[in-house]
Amino acid sequence: MLRTASRYRLLAIFVLPALAVYVVFSVFPLLSSVALSFFRSSGRGASMFVGIGNYIHLFTDPYTSERFWNALLNNVEFFGIHLLVELPVGLLMAALLTSGTLRRARGVYRTILFIPATLSVVIVGFIWRLIINPLWGLVSFPLLGDAKTALATISLMSVWEYVGIPMIFLYTALLAVPEDIIEASRIDGARPWQVFWRIKFPLIAPQFGLITILTYIWTFNGFDIVYALNGSAPGPNYSTDILGTLFYRTFFGSSGQVADLDQGATIASVIFFIILITTAAYFVVLQRRIKTYEL
Amino acid sequence: MTTLERSIVRRRPVAQRGDRASALLVHGLLIIFAIIAIAPILIVVLNSFKGTMGIFNAPFALPAADTFTLKGYSDVLTDGNFLLNYRNSILVTVSTIALTVVLGTGAAWALVEYKVRISPIVTGFFIVGIMLPIRLGTVPLLKTMISWHLIDTLLALVLVYTAMQIPLAVALMMTYFRSVPTELKEAARMDGAGEFRTLGIALPLVRPGIAAVASITMLPVWNDLWFPLIFAPSEQNQTVTLGVQQFVGQFQSNYPALLAALTLGAVPLIVLFIVLSRQFIQGLSAGYGK
Repeated sequence: MLRTASRYRLLAIFVLPALAVYVVFSVFPLLSSVALSFFRSSGRGASMFVGIGNYIHLFTDPYTSERFWNALLNNVEFFGIHLLVELPVGLLMAALLTSGTLRRARGVYRTILFIPATLSVVIVGFIWRLIINPLWGLVSFPLLGDAKTALATISLMSVWEYVGIPMIFLYTALLAVPEDIIEASRIDGARPWQVFWRIKFPLIAPQFGLITILTYIWTFNGFDIVYALNGSAPGPNYSTDILGTLFYRTFFGSSGQVADLDQGATIASVIFFIILITTAAYFVVLQRRIKTYEL
Repeated sequence: MTTLERSIVRRRPVAQRGDRASALLVHGLLIIFAIIAIAPILIVVLNSFKGTMGIFNAPFALPAADTFTLKGYSDVLTDGNFLLNYRNSILVTVSTIALTVVLGTGAAWALVEYKVRISPIVTGFFIVGIMLPIRLGTVPLLKTMISWHLIDTLLALVLVYTAMQIPLAVALMMTYFRSVPTELKEAARMDGAGEFRTLGIALPLVRPGIAAVASITMLPVWNDLWFPLIFAPSEQNQTVTLGVQQFVGQFQSNYPALLAALTLGAVPLIVLFIVLSRQFIQGLSAGYGK
């Protein structure tokens, strides 16, 4: 058995390299982004503490706040469409894959259904833009050109790409349901439909929480597909602008907008808090539920 | 054979005959989903072998003798920087995978093996990172990269991606290291093996974990658009994902070239995924599920 002192030394030797990269390039930038949001730089190098001044500007300045609230609402819609379509479709796919009638074809279907998720969003965006191009005749209506349909169209493209991920989570959970419970219920005369809804479904229910929270984090962190299709000032008339594109446009600048690092850090911090609060609430509820089950 | 077992054996064929219709339904629905999943990709790949006329007159027809051409590909390979883009993406992805595997494996090994009071806290600190949206730290990262003269280098991308993937790698590798039998490690130590040697002896047993980490690191790194756009935008440092993005803007009306670029960007990853799909799916469900 190793002595405590040498265990500490060994832990340090093995963990520090990973910890250093992780802290320097992930944890520290995130925290320092929040810190930056309380300052405003004036001229070269010098910056001044302004408290929540940047936030007040973001929420109340007529021009800035209009863009912010618009992006936030669009982001809620972006998330909602993902969740409402991905969960049921992913569940249906997973249920079909594990229904017990497939045998060797199962792996083939599983791989094919996941293929869209291996593509880059840039490619997904362009593939779909070509397909729904009125020139090709499949759709006669410019779905991306109309402010009423553009965001939903982009969201559905993204759903098409990522539906494989909830499918895999639910698929793995369904495979983990003990075979003897299912066999026992079959002997008791349960129909496959009943086996699914009464036995398998309650057992995989915790996965819905995980999928919801991951979808939430990923969509509120979204950027690629909107930028790939519509650039950094996503039209028509900002109808597809989400928080990620607003963040990019603000700190990086775009045509007609000067780069503003402080305001960019402020938007990043707002997104960070939106994600943090919800994720924390999720884990608190989860923890409490596990405790009540133990009692 | 007990009566219960016999009754199960007898039941099965009956149940199967009755389920023939539902098996057909299952296959039917899955085939529809499969078509929705890959038809759009196939349409793009097929049309990339046609000329502009072929693409617009009969988009859903196979390339025929009068429509077949490789002009799109030759345009992409001469006017775009595709080979350079590929080199960059491969360099970044392979380096990130190597660094993530080495650092993640070391940390996971130590967190499982050398239990001290702070081990659970350090573990928790890594686990939190699985959900951490690293993009939101871009403003300070940009400042760091500028002051370290790493802006517009591939190294900047490798460092950020490694930091992004380390938490998942640590979490995954810990689950694999926990399954390594204690006797094996103790026997190695008894024979006088140092700690690095002991890790070396345990490594073959966690090879599936390393494969899972590698395959789950590959996709987000190869496909990312955000960081290449900000940290490596210049022509000689563009990755495939950014290259395709720029190319599409540049060749908006050259449809054969556009479709060829999309195909060249998509196909290699699809092939790699098909080869590695089992490891990938294992990594995905074990990494986030825990």
